[in-house]
Amino acid sequence: MSDKVKVTIDGITVEVAPGTTILNAARQIGGDIVPPAMCYYSKLEGSGGKCRTCIVKVSKGSEKDPRPMPKLVASCRTTVMDGMEVQNITSPEVIEARSGVVEMLLINHPLDCPVCDQAGECDLQNLGYEHGLQKTRYEFERRTFERIDIGDKIQLHMNRCILCYRCVFTADQITNKRVHGILNRGDHSEISTYIQTAVDNDFSGNVIDVCPVGALTDRTFRFRNRVWFTKPIDAHRDCPTCSGKVTLWYKGEEVLRVTARKDIYGEVEEFICNTCRFDKKQTSDWVIEHPTHISDASVIASNHYETLKPLPVIQNNPQLQQANKVELEKTTKF
Amino acid sequence: MARKLLLEHINVPGINTLDVYRQKGGYRAVEKALKTLSPEEVVEEVKKSGLRGRGGAGFPTGMKWSFLAKPEGVARYLVCNADESEPGTFKDRYLMTYIPHALIEGMIVSSFALGANTSYIYVRGEMMPQIRILEKAIAEAKAAGFLGQNILGTGYNLELYVQPGGGAYICGEETALLESLEGKRGNPRIKPPFPAIAGLYGCPTVVNNVESIAAVVPIINDGGDEYAKIGIGRSTGTKLISASGNLVRPGVYEIELGLPVEEFIYSDEWCGGIANGKRLKATVAGGSSVPVLPANLTLKLANGEPRLMSYESLSEGGFATGTMMGSGGFIAFDEDQCIVRNTWNFSRFYHHESCGQCSPCREGTGWMEKVLHRLEYGHGKMSDIDLLVDVSKKIEGNTICPLGDAAAWPVASAIRHFRDEFEWHVKEPVKSLDTNYGLANYAEPIAKAEVTTGN
Repeated sequence: MSDKVKVTIDGITVEVAPGTTILNAARQIGGDIVPPAMCYYSKLEGSGGKCRTCIVKVSKGSEKDPRPMPKLVASCRTTVMDGMEVQNITSPEVIEARSGVVEMLLINHPLDCPVCDQAGECDLQNLGYEHGLQKTRYEFERRTFERIDIGDKIQLHMNRCILCYRCVFTADQITNKRVHGILNRGDHSEISTYIQTAVDNDFSGNVIDVCPVGALTDRTFRFRNRVWFTKPIDAHRDCPTCSGKVTLWYKGEEVLRVTARKDIYGEVEEFICNTCRFDKKQTSDWVIEHPTHISDASVIASNHYETLKPLPVIQNNPQLQQANKVELEKTTKF
Repeated sequence: MARKLLLEHINVPGINTLDVYRQKGGYRAVEKALKTLSPEEVVEEVKKSGLRGRGGAGFPTGMKWSFLAKPEGVARYLVCNADESEPGTFKDRYLMTYIPHALIEGMIVSSFALGANTSYIYVRGEMMPQIRILEKAIAEAKAAGFLGQNILGTGYNLELYVQPGGGAYICGEETALLESLEGKRGNPRIKPPFPAIAGLYGCPTVVNNVESIAAVVPIINDGGDEYAKIGIGRSTGTKLISASGNLVRPGVYEIELGLPVEEFIYSDEWCGGIANGKRLKATVAGGSSVPVLPANLTLKLANGEPRLMSYESLSEGGFATGTMMGSGGFIAFDEDQCIVRNTWNFSRFYHHESCGQCSPCREGTGWMEKVLHRLEYGHGKMSDIDLLVDVSKKIEGNTICPLGDAAAWPVASAIRHFRDEFEWHVKEPVKSLDTNYGLANYAEPIAKAEVTTGN
């Protein structure tokens, strides 16, 4: 038996190591067939399975047991089997269910993007743009919370939270003594710290980076600028506590904020320490590398000059082109 | 008089004490299993009996036991799910209150079969009296040598603990129960891995309902084959039904599976008919999670045959014309009950009990509750009815645990069968506040046309 298993996602076959999840197998293929993930975070152990946006249809369980799985499964937590066949964007059922999940995520979200700091780099905004409805069917008051300051650098605004638990897993992973978790149950759940204790840790700022929405924001950057007016530049410094590899966000000659470097799925490459994030805001603190690559689809790329081209997987696969027609037209119309 | 296995001696004074329970033949199963049978033989007997899980899903218990992983040097656990909190279900509480030793005897035999040396009974937090009763019964059993080290000189050790829960409905879901038992927040785990592979403290674990475990006692006493003779088809044995609602005699009944629903409702041996001389409008056959059925479909299948109290017959016709056995919480509604109000009440429960972990259930249950509240209080719109169907579809099947399905089914089925009542609530917003829609045609014989569509 070979040590690789074969899995077919939307008609594209890939060989991956056993124990890989469907989502990670799809990421090895890349392109538009990768299911969106709001709560899964590859750097955080135990994350995933909660937001349900990454649900896919398993049309063939495995070579040994070819029965399809009865329900749609969360691709971030389902491991591949040899010979598994998965449908993501080629299955109307999945698209339908996913738009249902997006609707659920948005019904209590304030949709205050014009005054939200996350706008322009918000996973929920992108997801809503791709799968959401034009107008809401929810006619009730949305739930609201007071803003809470977690320490002097981070602000929590629960109105926007989608309860992905990423920050809880981060707090779990970086600290020994957890003071950050979920209170209450159901749709009253809220992220909180134990009796307003500040998360006191050198790496606490990373909860801002892992947050897919604008619920956890950097108090040193709040309302300073819109992200699409800033220029991201990769830089590094010799930091005794972390790797020191960061992205600096410039407006003119001023460094407005510092974040960890993010990959194409919005996940940080390495966690950075609070000193790098909050205290080193001079160009002279850093060694500049190069401008950060920003996805063509991102609003931040509006002032960048990179070649626009449709995604490689989509380009030469007629079946996927058909399934993804709307998105493709959106991308190629430039 | 139908045969009783679990509640045979329920009316004997002092049956909750060890001495009386012993006199009535209690703990015979422990002696038989530990002294004459091997663990594999006990599992085999349970498999032969065809016993199906009594907690709601109806998964064969023997099969569940045989799936338990048995790695060397790793502890195995048996956990009894006594977190009974489904609206309409109160059979486990009855069993634990009046005949606690039946559960403890079942726990000893089942633990022996699974090779567990530590077992837990996870009791819902609100059932404090039952927790005291169980603890007292465990102390009695321990003093008599049925628990502890070297039980009956066979060299088998078992410690049995009662763990009070916090009173959350979600902790009745087996993985949430295990999380809660471990001392964490009771959120359901993402499966796989299933508890049979990695359950409590990461060890192989079996989680069974109170009634399933108690049913092991008669299976061992009389043999699995004997037990399988009771009942009908793949629904073997007896089942406790908690009957409530507008019945002459609500209460906990032990029935042989296969009893016609009509006989169960109207016979004087059982519920004795609908109270105050009224007529039956609808029933919820297995606890609040299962689809609600109008009277005609409760008593008869879509093809006109009588419906029986069994796993197969109740689910006959799928969700179009059938329902489910569930946990046996049988609720009857008479002609003056409002289905809209009842659906709102159920959905309010699920909204309150959703754990908030996955988005469709967290947001969707609250949404349905608000829309139903609007319909009930006369602010509804016609489009709300289709909206509810759509929202329930978006929740169903897309959640981590079955609570999402349980919240969606009652709403979807109420609209499927009682759509005209919902529409009436929209058309007559003022009148519907103090008048009920009444029986309409829900109790009329099933029309011929429905027979063809039903099949």
